[in-house]
Amino acid sequence: MTKYIIRRLLGMIPTLLIIITISFFIIRIAPGGPFDSERSLPEQVLQNIEAKYHLDEPVIVQYGRYLFDVLRGDLGPSYRYQDHDVNFYIFTSLPNSIILGIIALTIAIVFGISAGMLSAVRQNTWVDYTTMSFAIVGISVPLFVIGPVLQWIFAMNLGWLPTSGWIDGDYGLKTLILPSITLSLGYFANIARLMRSSMLETLRSDYIRTAKAKGLKNSVILFKHTLKGALLPVVSYLGPAFAGIITGSVVVEQIFRVPGLGKFFVQSSFNRDYTLIMGVVIVYSVILIIMNFIVDIIYSFLDPRISYK
Amino acid sequence: MENNKDKVLEVKGLQTYFKTDSGVVKAVDGVSFDLYRGETLGIVGESGCGKSVTNLSIMKLIPSPPGKIVGGEVIFKGENIIALPEERLRSIRGNSISMIFQDPMTSLNPFLKISTQMVETIVLHQDMSKSEAKKKAIEMLTLVGIPAPEKRIDSYPHQFSGGMRQRVMIAMALSCNADVLIADEPTTALDVTIQAQILELIDELSKKLNTAVIMITHDLGVVAGMCDKVCVMYAGRIVEKALTEDLFGKPFHPYTSGLIQSVPRLDHATQEKLFSIEGQPPNLIDLPDCCPFHPRCHKAMDICRSKYPKLTEVEPGREVACWLYMDKGEDK
Repeated sequence: MTKYIIRRLLGMIPTLLIIITISFFIIRIAPGGPFDSERSLPEQVLQNIEAKYHLDEPVIVQYGRYLFDVLRGDLGPSYRYQDHDVNFYIFTSLPNSIILGIIALTIAIVFGISAGMLSAVRQNTWVDYTTMSFAIVGISVPLFVIGPVLQWIFAMNLGWLPTSGWIDGDYGLKTLILPSITLSLGYFANIARLMRSSMLETLRSDYIRTAKAKGLKNSVILFKHTLKGALLPVVSYLGPAFAGIITGSVVVEQIFRVPGLGKFFVQSSFNRDYTLIMGVVIVYSVILIIMNFIVDIIYSFLDPRISYK
Repeated sequence: MENNKDKVLEVKGLQTYFKTDSGVVKAVDGVSFDLYRGETLGIVGESGCGKSVTNLSIMKLIPSPPGKIVGGEVIFKGENIIALPEERLRSIRGNSISMIFQDPMTSLNPFLKISTQMVETIVLHQDMSKSEAKKKAIEMLTLVGIPAPEKRIDSYPHQFSGGMRQRVMIAMALSCNADVLIADEPTTALDVTIQAQILELIDELSKKLNTAVIMITHDLGVVAGMCDKVCVMYAGRIVEKALTEDLFGKPFHPYTSGLIQSVPRLDHATQEKLFSIEGQPPNLIDLPDCCPFHPRCHKAMDICRSKYPKLTEVEPGREVACWLYMDKGEDK
């Protein structure tokens, strides 16, 4: 097992290198550059700026320079925001996204798994229909509708919660409630549906029939015999879901004014802010790779047929 | 054998229907048989004739919906199992009546150790602590011929071969001294060499523990080798009931003789093609009130097409549902 973990950790290095390389060149293939704007700059100014950021060098030299900086843990200066470098922007906003993401995902997991189990056990009853209709709503109604509707009900009409803001403001932890619920809804719906279908499949399997034939109680059959197997598809969904949710959602961040990482995904690419794009991509990839790794480890604990050597 | 005291299970007019979109499937329609202590009863028939449904109904394990036991009784120790509340049923399942299934590869829970699966059954039904139950489980594994059971009991099912898993299933099924063991095609998924071993094991253990066995199979060889009595099922009904040697010696129902003839035999040096029963089993939805076998029967008469022949005793201990013999009975 230890050997396997070490091998997997070492395997992350080439994966990440490939991601960095491909992103680096794709960004530069895309038309337009960080300093092209509607108002064209004087030739001399442009040249000076490009020289400052080494954009006048051949691409391959830029690539080598960038790789060298990344290895030292420096993601470089932002081409757009002059005040700080990319490291600063990412490491001030990422923790906020992580806080919000973990809360939202916890809500989604707890309610999603319970709802999925419940509707599988009560298949084709009103419980099942209600839960699954709710899940369909969660999947199909976009965040930019759910967010404002929740704000309108709970902030503007009932006045229970603030419309927006963050935990360092006047409203403190209360600010987390609406954005995390909004963010969790889609994940909740997916988890509930996955859990329901894998639960139904497991309940129909031969070994559950054996368990029934042994005279076991329904609760024992459900929690001891069914749950582990039914969780596997949900666990594999959670890897990428976790990476996605903790790197932030642009829409939720905009609606609730959350100072998260998500907005940089969009803004950096509009601005052709090469280094910021790269920084965001690297952070996302690292989290995704780690999450998939963790999922594999959890798998081996859930399923004895999987063993890593 | 006719001694009523030794009757462990009595199935009377069992009817299990499945509701489907295209109609009601009468999977089991009026099946009756008696099972005596220590005896092995074979239930044979083609796929889909209702053998497995009959036996799942005995345990009341029919997935519902769509399945439903709509009529009949299953009398076990003076009680009608069908009418029992769920809690009482659970104390019978796996304890007094236990089952082994067709595919040992999927019938054991792959996520739990063998010890967990065996111990939970024993603790549930017997007044034992976990450590006593584990001892009992190891004892059972020894009995079914698992080598080094003290070690192997802590393995997971995937660490066993198919034959070994079926042995584990048998050990588990018999660990609570069941009165009735229902074996639903226990060897169909196994290699031929392993098949014989498993059958011998069931035979030997049931004799040793005085357990009555219901052996569901489509393999007449299994019936000939193991069973005392046979029920031949066709389209959800029993068409012939007889002692094994009588059935093979002189099959009455044309379907039975067709089945027997379609078994390849080594002692008949032949170049000719193996006999087969022409046609397909009937659709069990909206079965008309006639002999369901008549479209495939060489001896079909007019009456076969219009009226269902009731299962009737034509010789002592032999019952058959066929107009060929009913006439005889009526003439006498």
